[in-house]
Amino acid sequence: MIEEEEIDLLLTDLFEVYGYDFTHYSRASLKRRINRLWLLDKFPSFAELRFRVRSDTDYLKRFVEEVTVNVTEMFRDPQFYRVLRTEVLPTLAAKPFIRIWHAGCSTGEEVFSMAILLTEANLIHKSLLYATDLNPEVLETARSGIFAMAPMKQYSENYILSGGKNDFSAYYTAQYGHVKFNSSLSEKMVFSTHNLVSDQSFNEFDLILCRNVLIYFDKVLQQRVLTLFDDSLGPLGYLALGAKETLKFSTLQSTYRQVSGEKIWRKQS
Amino acid sequence: MAETKLKNPTEAILIGGSTGSIEVLLRVLPALPTPLSFALIIVLHRKNTADSTLATLLSLKTESPFREVDDKDPIRPGTIYLAPADYHLLIEQDKSFSLDDSEKVNYSRPSIDVTFESAADVYGSSLIGILLSGANADGTKGMQAIQKTGGLLVAQHPDTALVGFMPQQAIANTTTDYVLDIDGLIAFLKSVNTAQQTAASAF
Ligand SMILES: C[S@@+](CC[C@H](N)C(=O)[O-])C[C@H]1O[C@@H](n2cnc3c(N)ncnc32)[C@H](O)[C@@H]1O
Repeated sequence: MIEEEEIDLLLTDLFEVYGYDFTHYSRASLKRRINRLWLLDKFPSFAELRFRVRSDTDYLKRFVEEVTVNVTEMFRDPQFYRVLRTEVLPTLAAKPFIRIWHAGCSTGEEVFSMAILLTEANLIHKSLLYATDLNPEVLETARSGIFAMAPMKQYSENYILSGGKNDFSAYYTAQYGHVKFNSSLSEKMVFSTHNLVSDQSFNEFDLILCRNVLIYFDKVLQQRVLTLFDDSLGPLGYLALGAKETLKFSTLQSTYRQVSGEKIWRKQS
Repeated sequence: MAETKLKNPTEAILIGGSTGSIEVLLRVLPALPTPLSFALIIVLHRKNTADSTLATLLSLKTESPFREVDDKDPIRPGTIYLAPADYHLLIEQDKSFSLDDSEKVNYSRPSIDVTFESAADVYGSSLIGILLSGANADGTKGMQAIQKTGGLLVAQHPDTALVGFMPQQAIANTTTDYVLDIDGLIAFLKSVNTAQQTAASAF
């Protein structure tokens, strides 16, 4: 089991050697992830784990990938997507151009779900989906549009629960245990690495989704990232968070209004 | 009974359960006094639908403030907390909750082990872990962690559980302090609470 001081050493190394700043990540979760990796990769001692992280850039990739959590799915929380369909997209429809930012998009399932919603609302042609993550590996998967076949049944059910009326399988072609989503969905996607801890705002958006990313940050970092989102949202823009994330500890609370009981807030000016 | 073994005032009590544990809680919760002098944190295996029926069901059974946890909620004495579906529930050193949607542990998310281990880290000997009915070995490692940091361990008597496997595993692999039936559990929780109120009013 890793000690608090050892975590501090490791975090200092990661910052000094690679520029990754994990110091304001939620400690309890970070500790658990590091312990898990220590066990999985059978390091005899902390010193050896530390040395490997410091000196082996390939191992660093694995470290970042395992310590951050990449779990995601399509149409996760179908009710959330239903409200996007019925209440959010209609208010964006009048705009000449719709800019959406998926911050912490992981392998892209959320971005493809959004592209399906936009297609069904006849808005995809004037939309642009910026999808970012700190981890370049997950972005490679997202960019390919190729996903495992196994969870498609679940996704199809989620899709229907979200109010989808088409045949979900028409959005992809199956090949050898995998599916490839139609290029009409990915045409309007732009993938790029972006670290919410250290990188700045890069555009003005109508809708920002950052779901199940803030849970891995402490309150200080959460507030900083929420301010970044506030600065990146246009007037009356929307901010969407994960099912258990909230604005209630943040200064944004007073200038945003929640939409239909879902984790979606609209900027009031 | 219980008071004699407690080394420190109880700050938090964890209850973990799986199959057959909701029925136990439906009996235990209404029998508890208010206010509670500790935070009561409940981790149950549940279907990963995000619906709030379980929270509603349990909240109706108690006078105490009851919350399904949101990320970073502070942990307050007197409040009953339920781990939300499909997230692991962790506890920070500043006594607030963090959620984590990483892989399932023991086929479960929330996993009882994850919460118990993380709470042991924070609360040490002011923690009590209680394991109820269930068909899964989740919880045993968590109980071991609580034992290591000096907390108190309680298991539902396997014969009184709908499925005895989960408490049985804990009993076999830890030095469980109390093995109790449902009435025993109620009496135990009351005694932990009263003990503290008497201590507090003596000052
Ligand atoms: C659990 S996934 C969430 C995926 C998706 N948004 C969802 O809700 O299903 C969290 C993602 O956040 C990313 N992440 C963690 N720290 C980050 C940071 N500092 N900047 C950008 N992305 C980060 C991780 O790499 C991971 O892909």
